[in-house]
Amino acid sequence: MSTTEHYDVVIIGAGMSGLAAGIRLAHFGKNVCIFERHNAAGGLNSFYSFAGRKYDVGLHAMTNYVPAGVKGTPLGKLLRQLRIKHDELDLCSQKQSRIAIPGTDLSFSNDFALLENQVAEKFPGEVDGFRRLIEKIKTFDDVALDIKEVSARKVIAEYITEPLLVEMLLCPLMFYGSAREQDMDFSQFVIMAKAIFLEGFARPHEGVRRVIRILLEKYRQAGGKRKMKCGVRQIIREGNRAGRLLLDNGDEITADHVISSIGSVETEKLYQEEASIEAKKEMTAGVLSFVETITVFDQLPEDFGWGDETIVFFNDSETFTYACPQEQVDPRSGVICFPNNFEYGDRDLAEGFLRVTCLANYDQWATLPEKAYTEAKTKWFDQVVDSACRFLPKPQQDLNSLTVATDMFTPRTIHKFTGHLNGAVYGAPHKIKNGRTSLENLYLCGTDQGFLGIVGSMLSGISMANFHILQARK
Amino acid sequence: MTKDECKKLVLDIIADIAPDEDLSNVKSDVKLRDQLELDSMDFLDIVMELRKQHSIEVPEDQYEQLASLDSCAEYLTPKFNALV
Repeated sequence: MSTTEHYDVVIIGAGMSGLAAGIRLAHFGKNVCIFERHNAAGGLNSFYSFAGRKYDVGLHAMTNYVPAGVKGTPLGKLLRQLRIKHDELDLCSQKQSRIAIPGTDLSFSNDFALLENQVAEKFPGEVDGFRRLIEKIKTFDDVALDIKEVSARKVIAEYITEPLLVEMLLCPLMFYGSAREQDMDFSQFVIMAKAIFLEGFARPHEGVRRVIRILLEKYRQAGGKRKMKCGVRQIIREGNRAGRLLLDNGDEITADHVISSIGSVETEKLYQEEASIEAKKEMTAGVLSFVETITVFDQLPEDFGWGDETIVFFNDSETFTYACPQEQVDPRSGVICFPNNFEYGDRDLAEGFLRVTCLANYDQWATLPEKAYTEAKTKWFDQVVDSACRFLPKPQQDLNSLTVATDMFTPRTIHKFTGHLNGAVYGAPHKIKNGRTSLENLYLCGTDQGFLGIVGSMLSGISMANFHILQARK
Repeated sequence: MTKDECKKLVLDIIADIAPDEDLSNVKSDVKLRDQLELDSMDFLDIVMELRKQHSIEVPEDQYEQLASLDSCAEYLTPKFNALV
């Protein structure tokens, strides 16, 4: 009879949160193994090469950026906990970004004063309230693990009365992290506001692959094991515990602790009957998914008249609808990202890139036959780019003649590579901050634990590893 | 082991935990928390590194003994010497 392999800790998923949890545990001597269904690490934030070109998925920019030496921020905490030097990430700060609604623009950068001045200039009656809201955000303990959910819109209304300003502030924060339609939980709003407005955007010169490579290397050095192309198919309950894990390859393993980064409902599905999951309101899967177009140009966007903005969040009317669209895509609002427009010094990227992200409906994409799927991609690609162009200066050259490659991902792509139900990028609308599940040795980390962005996702893995395993009393 | 060697060893651990921190002017008699940006997560790491690298156990009710380099040396040096 073959012996079942046993680990101190098994981690499901080699995304940012799973890798970060793994580094902590392996570093402190735990026998830990990460099981990842795909051949590439990174999960939602990953990368690929196609026709000799390197692409990033997920990450437009790293939020929570602060320069080396700035104390008491999530980035600093993360670097310490993982023993990474600030320089190793090679982070280059954004140039300038913008929230655009026809007739009103709010620019912001990694210097918060710019946004504050813009609000003062464009919404003079609201700037005092805005400042008070920012003070509340600064002092709010957004990472407490026992926090109650409150509507962000309700809290903001106590400070800001002009609906347009509310919509404009919510737009980037929702696009970059809200798993909930139309509103956010206030603690999630605070996390995002700190990450985007008070801290800021940066990008490693090489993109997301730099971050993932560092995580993989730290994990390996610490003695962590990982099995790629081998997911966990089922968790076999033994009483109130995750007893054994059945792998995609048919093997069974056991572990003292299991950390799952694949989502709350997705995790429950590994050991519960569907019906018992659907019965629980807090176990609703998210519905917010996206399409993203990627256009590669043989010149830099700045050189053909698109300026040097890094990210533009746009919405074409005074009301911002952040919801799963009825149609395949909602091109009315979206996010434009120019990966070229970070402070790279003399290291400009060789080609120009435009990425545009819009809300999309998973069901409308999931069931399309192959031919219709390809046609839908072609159709929406043009509509999405055209929609974005309304918020950019007119290019001085014909875009088609500059274009050397295009690609596009859809909710179907997201589902395929992350396993998130509905291709829900930010997971379930209700977060489980303490990471607990109905099994006593199974914990969640990542998107559904509720720290957002890639810094957040790594902190999530760290916090859950610390809280449930490293600090736990024997 | 002397107390100075012990301080050096604690500083090595802090350098490992906080690679971006400048440790050249750390004062022995001032609380580490007051001169460096160390939070409870970092102190937990100091304790865990002591265990991992040197097999020294610091029970949770003794964490305050690690407040400054002087108190670290006072508390840890005998523990190190007892190991040999």
